[in-house]
Amino acid sequence: MEATRTPLVDMRNISIAFGGIRAVDDASVDLHTGEVVALLGHNGAGKSTLIKILSGAYKRDAGTIMVSGEEAAISNPRDAKKYGIETIYQTLALADNVDAAANLFLGRELRTGWGTLDDVAMEAEARKVMGRLNPRFQRFKEPVLKLSGGQRQSVAIARAILFNARILIMDEPTAALGPQETAQVGELVKQLKADGIGIFLISHDIHDVFDLADRVCVMKNGQVVGTARTSDVTKDEVLGMIILGKCPSGAIPGPGALKVAA
Amino acid sequence: MTDMTSNASPDRARASELGPIQRFLKATEIDPRMLGMLGALLVIWIGLHIMSGGLFLTPRNLWNLSVQSSSVAIMATGMVLVIVMRNIDLSVGSVEGVVGMLMGFAQVHFLVRMMGLPLGDPWIWIIALAIGVAVGLLIGALQGFIIAYLDVPAFIVTLGGLLIWRGAAWWITSGQTIAPLDTTFQLMGGGPRGSIGATWSWVVGIVACLAVALMLINGRRQRKRFKFPLRPIWAEAFIGTVIGVFILGAVWIANSYPWPVGIVRRYAEENGIAIPEGGLFIAHGIAIPVLMAVAVGIVMTFIATRTRFGRYVFAIGGNPEAANLAGINTRWITMKVFMIMGVLAAISAAISSARLNSSTNSLGTLDELLVIAAAVIGGTSLAGGSGTIAGAMLGALLMQSLQSGMVLLGVDSPLQSIVVGAVLVVAVWLDTIYRKRV
Repeated sequence: MEATRTPLVDMRNISIAFGGIRAVDDASVDLHTGEVVALLGHNGAGKSTLIKILSGAYKRDAGTIMVSGEEAAISNPRDAKKYGIETIYQTLALADNVDAAANLFLGRELRTGWGTLDDVAMEAEARKVMGRLNPRFQRFKEPVLKLSGGQRQSVAIARAILFNARILIMDEPTAALGPQETAQVGELVKQLKADGIGIFLISHDIHDVFDLADRVCVMKNGQVVGTARTSDVTKDEVLGMIILGKCPSGAIPGPGALKVAA
Repeated sequence: MTDMTSNASPDRARASELGPIQRFLKATEIDPRMLGMLGALLVIWIGLHIMSGGLFLTPRNLWNLSVQSSSVAIMATGMVLVIVMRNIDLSVGSVEGVVGMLMGFAQVHFLVRMMGLPLGDPWIWIIALAIGVAVGLLIGALQGFIIAYLDVPAFIVTLGGLLIWRGAAWWITSGQTIAPLDTTFQLMGGGPRGSIGATWSWVVGIVACLAVALMLINGRRQRKRFKFPLRPIWAEAFIGTVIGVFILGAVWIANSYPWPVGIVRRYAEENGIAIPEGGLFIAHGIAIPVLMAVAVGIVMTFIATRTRFGRYVFAIGGNPEAANLAGINTRWITMKVFMIMGVLAAISAAISSARLNSSTNSLGTLDELLVIAAAVIGGTSLAGGSGTIAGAMLGALLMQSLQSGMVLLGVDSPLQSIVVGAVLVVAVWLDTIYRKRV
């Protein structure tokens, strides 16, 4: 991604504190069209928090968010969706007691001319999108609670791609999945990337995402250790960034990089 | 052949493994829990009928039962939404009390003495009811605001409301009872004149049957439009017939209960009708409060299942965080639910004060517990996220059946409370077992 192009998302100098703890401290990260950026770090490194600021779940204390070169005012999830930012949360964020179609359209229900819910149309759309993701899925009438982990995951993913997302955030998308389903998610990421969607992949496990990502951004203690193209660094070097905060030569160091005594 | 699309469903392959009962339930898409409730109600009715020596299942008793249940049933529909959202409203009985007092005060003192409307003016009842509904809405909005925006738990806010509004009810007239009420207003309480008579009852019944048929046909057309699995024709016909028979049966029962002899005589004298040999048979027909309860039930079912608002209420109950992340304004929805509850408490207040033909400050005492019990017996889960309006109304009918049945049997009033309490606990226990098995 040449530096001259305007990034799809550019988060600059973001900070947020909960009580006295600076969960995210002066973090900057960007994402281009058709690019997959993996956000890596230990549990509690601040990657989920940073991304929840982008999806509108948290309000940042400082910093700016640019979407396609223009400053974006994002203070709640509705705002984020207006900018085409869709999120698949680690917890999936599904309403367990209603069916798949209701979850897919939660907050954006289709309505009839009378202003009532158009359940039939929503179910038809749901069948279409689920047919693409998980062709064997047939349990449209049952509450999501009764579905398997993989099926629930596909409902959450379907919801994110149903509304023509431009920016997709996937928080630990494969944490609850078996090997076969993980491979499916990998395929999906490649397909969406080819469609020109920018994707943030968040993971604490480098093996899940290294092969899918174009770039990695490593966080530690709320700060960015460094960013690197996956072609310029090895897995071991990235592990070093995650564990020690040591920035290798192939990466651009961030404020959280270990200062090596000269 | 288009009706055969249901065979395309992949689940159909497994249908052969199901027993006849399951197959029947699957084809008709009847909720087994609802069926269980109807069964329980039937068992209780037949049991009470036998124990009371044939007094229970009479047109007169069933008609009275329907009138007595309507006030609690109306509030139970709102309580379903409150409980589905993982809240509780302990104040409904007291809100009913204070609104009843206010409406009594409005029609007897305010409108007549202060505004100078003549006694018996046809506007009085509707103005009084409008004032009551507005006050109910305001009380609900205030409590809802404190719960939703100031984050005080609903249990505490409405527990405070329980005391506050009961105190306010006392305060309005320093504890005096207001009676009698406006004659038109009284019609909302039922009684011979507060019923719509035989002819209109049949009209209502037939219109209701047509509406059911239309809904079934429309639902089928919708599903066909998108090529979804359809119910078999026999299942549709079966459901339509059962509901139709039920509606017309209820109308027939209401029309089998005649006016008492004394009222018939007075009515005949007023209208110059000669009473024939063997007495004049004038049927009650459906009582106005029952019609109001049914209307509320339909509107609330519509709100709960067909509108965005209802969908959000259930989604918030299922997972508040997910609803929030989906961009739903959960606070505003919470506040609206309590506003609806306030309005429903006001409607109930109109019915119960009209039935007593007086406003007393004890009106609706302990009703909050009956309402919550009705909702819970009707299958509303206290953990939130599930419940139906129809179930709650059936729950109200079940509680009222027990209570009035015990009165018929001459059971002492302390024992009545013991039985009702025990039934509540057992009903929820059975429901817990059912939920675990499914």
